[in-house]
Amino acid sequence: MSYRLGVDVGGTFTDVLLVDEDTGATWRAKTASTPADQAVGVLTGIRRVCEQAGVALSDVAKVLHGTTVATNAILEGKGATVGLVTTKGFRQVLQIARSYVPGGLAGWIIWPKPEPLAKLENTVEVDERIGSDGRVIRELDEDDVRAQLGKLSGIDALAVSLINSFADPRHERRIAEIAAEVLPGVPVSLSSDVLPEMREYERTITTVANSYVQPQVKLYVQNLAKNLAEAGVPGELAILRSDGGLSAASAAVEAPVTMLLSGPAGGVTGAVWVAEQCGYSDLITFDMGGTSTDVALVQGLSPRIGRETKVGDLTVRASSVDVRTVGAGGGSIAHVPQLTKALRVGPQSAGADPGPAAYGKGGTEPTVTDANVVLGYLPRTLAGGEITLDVEAARAAVGKVAEAMGLSIEAAAAGIVDIVNENMLGGLRLVSVQQGFDPRDFALVAFGGAGPLHANALGKLTGAWPVIVPPSPGVLCALGDATTSARSESARTVLRRFADLTSDDLRQILDELAAEAGGRLAEQGIPESEQTTTYQVDVRYHGQGFEIPIDVTEPDLARVAADFDAEHERLFSFLLTVDHELVNARATVTGPKPSVAAVTLPPTEGPPEPVDTHPIYISGAHVEARVYDRATLRAGDVITGPAIVTEMDSTTLVLPDHAATVHPSGALLIEPVREA
Amino acid sequence: MARIIETATGPVEKAAEVDPVTLDLIENGLRNARYEMDEVLFRTALSPGIREQHDEFPLIADPSGKMVVGQFGLSVPDFLDGFDDTIEEGDVLLTSDPYACGAAISHANDWLVVMPIYHEGRIVGWASMFGHMSDVGGKTPCSMPTDARTIYEEGVVIPPFKLYRRGELNEDALRIILNQVRMPDWNRADLNGLVAACRTAGRRVVEMCERFGTGTYLAALDALLQRNYDAMKVLLTTVFEEGKTLSFTDYVDDDGLGNGPFELKMSLTRTGEKVHIDFTGSSPQAAGPVNYYINENLTRMFFGIYMITVADPQILWNDGFYPLVEVTIPEGSYWKPKHPASLNGRNHGIGRVFDLFGGLLGQTNPALLNAAGFSSSPHFMYSGHYTTGERAGEWFQLYSIGFGGIPGRPLGDGPDGHSLWPSFVNIPCEYLESYYPLRIEKWETVADTGGPGLHRGGNGVDVAYVFEEPGEIAIHDDRWLTYPWGVNGGKPGARGTKWIERADGTREVLPSKCHGVPVQPGDVLHFVTWGGGGWGDPLERDPELVALEVRRGLVTEDGARRYGVVVDDEGQLDRGATEALRTEMRSQREGELPVFDMGPPLEEILANCEAETGLPAPKRPTW
Repeated sequence: MSYRLGVDVGGTFTDVLLVDEDTGATWRAKTASTPADQAVGVLTGIRRVCEQAGVALSDVAKVLHGTTVATNAILEGKGATVGLVTTKGFRQVLQIARSYVPGGLAGWIIWPKPEPLAKLENTVEVDERIGSDGRVIRELDEDDVRAQLGKLSGIDALAVSLINSFADPRHERRIAEIAAEVLPGVPVSLSSDVLPEMREYERTITTVANSYVQPQVKLYVQNLAKNLAEAGVPGELAILRSDGGLSAASAAVEAPVTMLLSGPAGGVTGAVWVAEQCGYSDLITFDMGGTSTDVALVQGLSPRIGRETKVGDLTVRASSVDVRTVGAGGGSIAHVPQLTKALRVGPQSAGADPGPAAYGKGGTEPTVTDANVVLGYLPRTLAGGEITLDVEAARAAVGKVAEAMGLSIEAAAAGIVDIVNENMLGGLRLVSVQQGFDPRDFALVAFGGAGPLHANALGKLTGAWPVIVPPSPGVLCALGDATTSARSESARTVLRRFADLTSDDLRQILDELAAEAGGRLAEQGIPESEQTTTYQVDVRYHGQGFEIPIDVTEPDLARVAADFDAEHERLFSFLLTVDHELVNARATVTGPKPSVAAVTLPPTEGPPEPVDTHPIYISGAHVEARVYDRATLRAGDVITGPAIVTEMDSTTLVLPDHAATVHPSGALLIEPVREA
Repeated sequence: MARIIETATGPVEKAAEVDPVTLDLIENGLRNARYEMDEVLFRTALSPGIREQHDEFPLIADPSGKMVVGQFGLSVPDFLDGFDDTIEEGDVLLTSDPYACGAAISHANDWLVVMPIYHEGRIVGWASMFGHMSDVGGKTPCSMPTDARTIYEEGVVIPPFKLYRRGELNEDALRIILNQVRMPDWNRADLNGLVAACRTAGRRVVEMCERFGTGTYLAALDALLQRNYDAMKVLLTTVFEEGKTLSFTDYVDDDGLGNGPFELKMSLTRTGEKVHIDFTGSSPQAAGPVNYYINENLTRMFFGIYMITVADPQILWNDGFYPLVEVTIPEGSYWKPKHPASLNGRNHGIGRVFDLFGGLLGQTNPALLNAAGFSSSPHFMYSGHYTTGERAGEWFQLYSIGFGGIPGRPLGDGPDGHSLWPSFVNIPCEYLESYYPLRIEKWETVADTGGPGLHRGGNGVDVAYVFEEPGEIAIHDDRWLTYPWGVNGGKPGARGTKWIERADGTREVLPSKCHGVPVQPGDVLHFVTWGGGGWGDPLERDPELVALEVRRGLVTEDGARRYGVVVDDEGQLDRGATEALRTEMRSQREGELPVFDMGPPLEEILANCEAETGLPAPKRPTW
């Protein structure tokens, strides 16, 4: 018997999914997130799910975890106070950045420049210099280093990013040693470790971001690992990275900048797994939670991966699933500004505490969830009975909007839902139309606590059919965490023209990188025999400013050059006779894909029986919706709207003129009912 | 007069109406195609001007040549008027002659590609793009001689011709052109990139015609143009009083030949639903290469962007509103010099247009009243032959752009060391050191160079280049003489300056425009750009913020006193002393604070020129 635990901590709920690796059977638990110490909610969830399944904590072999601790630190501006050490003359590297102002002509008039992540008053410069070829031009002045570090007494973490350290890290490493003496206990991130690539601003900001989130991430991950061990869970803890791969907890805390999008990556990975079961390989993911909504585009079962990670205003150089976030969720607060009398929803959110008014925890502001309660779309209890909804409180809250606008409470609630749907449509357009994709060519996979409630409406707005509602949509991120593989990446800037390089040089570089990345997985208990290694190099024509990533199957320079030319021709329709240049080399090592069997529901026995009917308000009228219990549905059952499908962690709304078909894997496939 | 050849006959029936979702899809499709053009060129270009600094401008037009997305002033009809040949499917036109395209480009470094987009035998639009070639031959590396009097000294000048005729490259012509330039690989790659970008745009337009139907696509373009027209009509009548003329004058400091400052005057009057923009009153054309030959449509576009950016930043702006704007540019003026006047250093004039429009439109629209900013893209060039190492004998040639202070704005402080131009980025130090024989010892903003104000102007930047090989440098800069002005009580920012510290210890001030300056290993060039002007009363600025900026090294202890703020040696605020100083400074004020503070009168600036800048005063131009 072998069990895996997927754990996803969102802003509002913590989801835990227990998977029996042999049968594919799953058990889930949902509990309120505990923002003060997320580990508390995680442990509560794990205990509960194991109790349900009758599985001893000691039988859990692996705990796989997507976490938003790093993301939240950045979004809320509540990360560590970071000290930064630069080369003399470059103290303002973050202040000047790339001198770039976003927007078109005159965009500078309206651009609010964000404050640097390491404040200028916490940035010091030291006397030293490495040349671009790695030569030491000026020795490190160690007395100066001590004096400068001495000025940084109030910092929580230290980032060191010296000019040309990608070519030789020795001065950065020595500063780390001195910092250990001068600033004992302060974690240090070196740019030559975090991102050994050319371009000082990008390397510095990525290193600073690593420092900025590290203390919180470290505290959290180490606490959680300790608590798991104390509770008797023998399995090791792994954290999901932004690129959708898993990393051992110990490795993750060293490079937390690679897990800024850990939470969303889990959802995308889980959505891909579910869509594959249903036979769809092109999909848009729609993950609507309490405070925000994440969307991503997947083609051919592969999420689009970018080499940049964006969180709020911050862009760092770290690979991640290309997820876009809209600040709208079930907890988004509706308000009516005095001046314009317009109805606005978000970006303020009631969060987990106090939460929507309907949760009865003292919230009085009208949220999207309250609007859904007023409209009758949500049943009276949520999260398997953990939360009982207070309909009167929801009506009172939404009533404030209704009064301000001179509308009925139901009309105001419908307005709130329409506006939030429109906001989320904006997010879906970002990843589809604006990237040259027609959403009508994709399925829409809806999950997160609130996704299935709004999914049918978003399907109507985008034309993306079917709308797929996975089984246990609230714990899909946790499912993704449980169904992905371990992954490790090593990269290095090489910067040599092909004329100055041989195939043997290339082989040696790639072998070294593979050994480094593979070694990290081996340390995590994945033997070399179970590792799969892929290689990539970034190549350009000598003198170009951008590179094209080329997959390398055989370290043969002529072959790499030919592959580059083919790709250049495909992308840009021309070739140059200039020499090629190798810029970066990367090795990515992945562990085995876990075998998680799919569930198969028994076949239909005729039209399913509703468990109840419920009055709902839709398209300006009160109608009766049939209510179904998802646990009783069978493969091939068809549910015609208006209908509500309830389950422990989520509620699906099927609109009039639409029908949901139950797929054998348990997913609901919603499509418009075609006129006969 | 060009003859357009279309194989299809009969008109395309435009859709009567386009549903709002389709209109949105087409608007987004055009916006994406335009950014895709940028991407294709950035990623393939070799010359530093385009590759790292993104000095290029794309455009997609409707069949009649109206720009539906993009940001430059090509007039396709005017261009075709002067082109005596056919236009057929597969043709790609190239020119670098500003005098042959109505100044759609404004110096010979810019290579302009124009391509008809055909679908089913008909022209459904135009794609066009120009980019700054880092070298087009002529007597100085990078082709920007600071003493040029005619365009003939500025390198190869390409008349409009068919680079591709029905898809076939004119190899001979290209060979002749590339034989004139120092870095033919750069020009070939960049030109390929320009053509590839235009073809990408062409493909996207054709895809949209196929997806939505040509009739719907073309009707959508009309609707998008109309949207701009309607928005602008409302804006113009709201913002400008009928019949009242607004005027504003700013300067370009010198022309590289000892003449200056050149007065740049712009006036605006609204009559009915139209406005008239008039450049009358500006200085005559310069003898040196600073003339900015401006296109009427580009003027309209600049004006439109200023008006619309603040009102609705999301709008896809285009040529739709052009009929609402009349433009007068006097012949023989700085803005419309007579052929063959030299043009290479027109970047100051283009940049100064930002300040001009701010000063002009801000008079009736407080949201647009920014101080004067880093209104140029000053150039620095360094070239020579490697004398040592494995590259000995190899030619190197660097071209780069400097950055400075964004002005104080209604929104807040101006960023330090940034760009007014969209999509421009600096070249990383590590990139420069990897590819050129130089080292950078210092790259930081200069405290106090931003003008004091409630919202501080951004600081200028000091970049210290240490040369490692003998060679020559050239500089194109400005605002060394007149001040980046402040507004609403804000003070002017500091002016720019450049000097060399020779390896032997001597110091040499360089004029703002020079070329052929020899440098030796160990010489250090300080390229110090100017700061942005301040916005609003500096005595109203939060004194804690001023003190914090002292601790950050962005303002000095002395500089803080210009805000009436007193700090101790540690940069901690002295509240009592600050209150006293502010009271004293307020009591010495006479009357209202001026809307514009341009520093001392021009006569005084000229009289003190040599003493303050180390450079002789230029001679004022006259008509």
